[in-house]
Amino acid sequence: MGISSYLQFLISGVTMGSIYGLTALGFTIIFNTTGIINFAQGEFVMLGGILSVFFLKWFDIGLFPSILLAVLATTIIGGVIERFAIRPVKGASVINLIIVTIGVSIFVRGLTMIFLGKDTFSLPHFSGNLPLTFAGVAVMPQSIWILAITLVLLAILRLFFTRTIYGKGMLACSYNRKASSLVGIGVDRMVLFSFLISSLVGAIGGVILTPVTLTSYDVGIMLGLKGFSACIIGGLGNPFGAAAGGVLLGILESLCAGVISSAYKDAFAFFVLLVLLFVKPSGLFGQAKIERV
Amino acid sequence: MKKPARYLFLAIAVVCLSITSAGADDVIKIGAIFSATGPASPLGEAEKNTALLLQEQINAKGGVMGKKLEIIIYDDESSVDKAVSAADKLLKKDNVVAVVGPSTTPNTLAIEAKFEAAAVPLVSCAAGEKIVVPVKKWVFKTPQSDRLAVARILSHLKSRKISKIAIITVSDAYGQGGREMLKALAPKAGIELTADEVYSPKDTDMTVQLTKIKSTNAKAIVSWGTPQTGSAIVAKNRAQLGMSVPLYLSHGVAARKFIELAGSAGEGILLPAGRLIVADEVPAKNPQKALLTKYVKDYETKFKSPVSTFGGHAWDAVMLVVKAIELGKSDKPADIRANLEKIKGFVGTAGVFNFSPEEHNGLNESAFEMVTIQKGDWKIVK
Amino acid sequence: MYGFKRDMLAVLGFTFFLLIIPRILGNDYYINTLTLSLTHAIIAVGLNLLMGYAGQVSLGHAAFYGLAAYTSAILTTTYSVPLPLGMMSGILVSGVVALLIGIPTLKLKGHYLAMATLGFGVIVYIFFNETIELTGGPSGFGGISRLQVMGYRFASDISYYYLVAFVLAGVVLLSLNLIHSRIGRALRAIHTSETASQISGIDIAKYKVFVFVLSALFAGVAGVLYVHNIAFVAPGSFGFNFSIELVTMVVLGGMANVWGAVIGACFLSILPEFLRVFENIEIVLYGAILIVFTIFLPEGIAGGITKLFLMMKPKRSDAAGKE
Repeated sequence: MGISSYLQFLISGVTMGSIYGLTALGFTIIFNTTGIINFAQGEFVMLGGILSVFFLKWFDIGLFPSILLAVLATTIIGGVIERFAIRPVKGASVINLIIVTIGVSIFVRGLTMIFLGKDTFSLPHFSGNLPLTFAGVAVMPQSIWILAITLVLLAILRLFFTRTIYGKGMLACSYNRKASSLVGIGVDRMVLFSFLISSLVGAIGGVILTPVTLTSYDVGIMLGLKGFSACIIGGLGNPFGAAAGGVLLGILESLCAGVISSAYKDAFAFFVLLVLLFVKPSGLFGQAKIERV
Repeated sequence: MKKPARYLFLAIAVVCLSITSAGADDVIKIGAIFSATGPASPLGEAEKNTALLLQEQINAKGGVMGKKLEIIIYDDESSVDKAVSAADKLLKKDNVVAVVGPSTTPNTLAIEAKFEAAAVPLVSCAAGEKIVVPVKKWVFKTPQSDRLAVARILSHLKSRKISKIAIITVSDAYGQGGREMLKALAPKAGIELTADEVYSPKDTDMTVQLTKIKSTNAKAIVSWGTPQTGSAIVAKNRAQLGMSVPLYLSHGVAARKFIELAGSAGEGILLPAGRLIVADEVPAKNPQKALLTKYVKDYETKFKSPVSTFGGHAWDAVMLVVKAIELGKSDKPADIRANLEKIKGFVGTAGVFNFSPEEHNGLNESAFEMVTIQKGDWKIVK
Repeated sequence: MYGFKRDMLAVLGFTFFLLIIPRILGNDYYINTLTLSLTHAIIAVGLNLLMGYAGQVSLGHAAFYGLAAYTSAILTTTYSVPLPLGMMSGILVSGVVALLIGIPTLKLKGHYLAMATLGFGVIVYIFFNETIELTGGPSGFGGISRLQVMGYRFASDISYYYLVAFVLAGVVLLSLNLIHSRIGRALRAIHTSETASQISGIDIAKYKVFVFVLSALFAGVAGVLYVHNIAFVAPGSFGFNFSIELVTMVVLGGMANVWGAVIGACFLSILPEFLRVFENIEIVLYGAILIVFTIFLPEGIAGGITKLFLMMKPKRSDAAGKE
């Protein structure tokens, strides 16, 4: 294998990794404000993709308006989930919170299956489906879209968290909920916001990914798992670490598939994760505040 | 619970049980186990629809031997455990005379022994050769075995003088079947495997595996999967990497869904397929022609979705059981089994079936045509 | 108040109840479903010790179930090892692997532990799927012999049901004993406050690993019982979804309540039989049940029943709650 093969592995790793990163980002945003690992995060990614497909089919309004509509719809669904499933169990134990989000993810997946069917669907590429070739390496225009949109989204979120009053409020919640509440931050509203933002981020991930990968009602499970791993690699609670963790996971996977064995690539990714957990549980980019016994 | 309440409860239970066990003589009950939900649902849904369609059509025409046909369908959710409990229910509660399905190889293998023990025939809709090799007395299957599909591909490769191929298969039961056959049969046909790659059913990107294949000097790629488990992505990624070597896919890809998903990347791919998807093109003198066109029309009108090979497997299974009942004028399980083995020249969607005590699949290589995609439609390769 | 005698009586009553169910129900088509749900209950009881008493989450318990099942299947079928030896080896493999995984993993807390066990589960699943020469790969591994003990072959479904029922009763008794022993008290102390228990001299890591290994052994017992009943095994039965289902059983039944785990397992394994009527919407109902239960009945079914019981008998309220 020549150097161009390795470059090709890297490119496909970064493309998939960006999506893992966006999913991981969604996990972190919710975890920071609520302490919940939202197992339904993968479903937001699924919804973004599959709703775009159906809006395009039903309303015939062109690709981009359908996508916008799908992202909007998913964000609203994210809000509804927070209001009707997460808020009622406020203050429950970690394990009950995990179960609720698992319940939500099964519920959302089931509804999608009933209303949109069990089939697999594709979405057109944003701009052309002919690859650009550099030195024997093929890059799809969609990969560039994915990378660009991910970076822009990260920049916007960074601004949001550091420059706006809502962003700062959410960060405050992540440090200390009670104290935040005492200084007049509406914690409930911040939690709602965190769900809105992470469903938005998830939906965008789904929308930009679907042209490359196809979608169906059950793609959310694996994406959720990978996103969760990316969070841990990057350090739970650090949004940008999570995004970086996603890219790293993507590259790791594709290198393993390319160099070692495609059969064991997922096993290898999780193995590295385990080793990392044992050696440095705070993740590569996390602060070392994890408790060990 | 107070005493009267307990007696009432018991009484109700007894009544319920006696109602369900009361047999009706003018009904023939066939069981069906399909993976209508879960990962194998693209197979199971089409099969379930087909069974419903057939039940309606057969009863509209007066049933089987003047008796009403009732198909009791259970969904195994693509799970082995659920398939086992469904088999128990069909055999012990519903007392069916024969069972069609399950949709997948592991689920079939898991319940085979129950049918041997209960002495009720099972006509599986799964592809794995292990189901009928070695022959089990009570187990039959309708889909063409992987062996036939692989043999068809290999002979096509030879006719094109290709002697080096790379394979990429999905790591589920279906892909495993194809992979084992390819690894066993290719060397015998004098064809060398330069790469043996796999991917998971839910993988979304196969560029890495294809890049690896590209770096070997394979003159063709053979990929085993279904449209929903990666075959469309393999086709797309191959086009994206600008690979020009021919791509052969499995017969499981034979569904309109593949063309929709792969888009322009599907053009020119090759696969062995039953004649169902090319029904329009089958010459009029072919015995399958009339049946195929009718099934395609009926299915697509009723369910508003395109037919797939898998629905065809259920068609064959149900109709074979019906045929066996009519042949022996008996709906006893033992007679159905004996008469299934006597069926010769039965025209089904997958091909012309010829059963015998040694052959419980009944198809040969002639069941396949090599097909390709041209201008967004299936075409027979002449 | 919660002595050995009381537990013994409860377990005896429970065993009696299990034994008469088939007689009450008459027809035997669901015997296998019942056997399967009791098998699941064995795992759930172990997982409940881990989750409810030691306060540790495992999202990879299906792996231990599968490891034992595959080990016993492969040893007895491919290598013609005698059945009892193969089954013991299966259970042992689950335990040893749990020990190896547990020592580093249980140093982690909360979400990290969840992730580590999840990752472990995925790795084991892929291993089942890909080592085709050994495990038969995705299409499964057949030809496994049914259980035979000292010449007696558990040929009928009902005999197997009785066997599993007895094993479950034993597992429940063992767990009840454990909870009321020194170890149980230590575990509850860990659950309440790790720091406090450490200060009072409890070797936290040791106890956690002990429970983890014990729960894996229970899963292993269930695994070998499962595989020599169905006589077939495929990787699909041991995936992430099943691990989640197991956790759900424990939570639904009621954490920190041995009976809760049994109720949860039976409820969740038998529920789909009733939901079958609803065909496609089954999965939605399943999700809805999880949400609704967690919102309205966070202590699980067993907790709910206890509450109801206490409401009906107000004079015994002094014995309430704090077990």
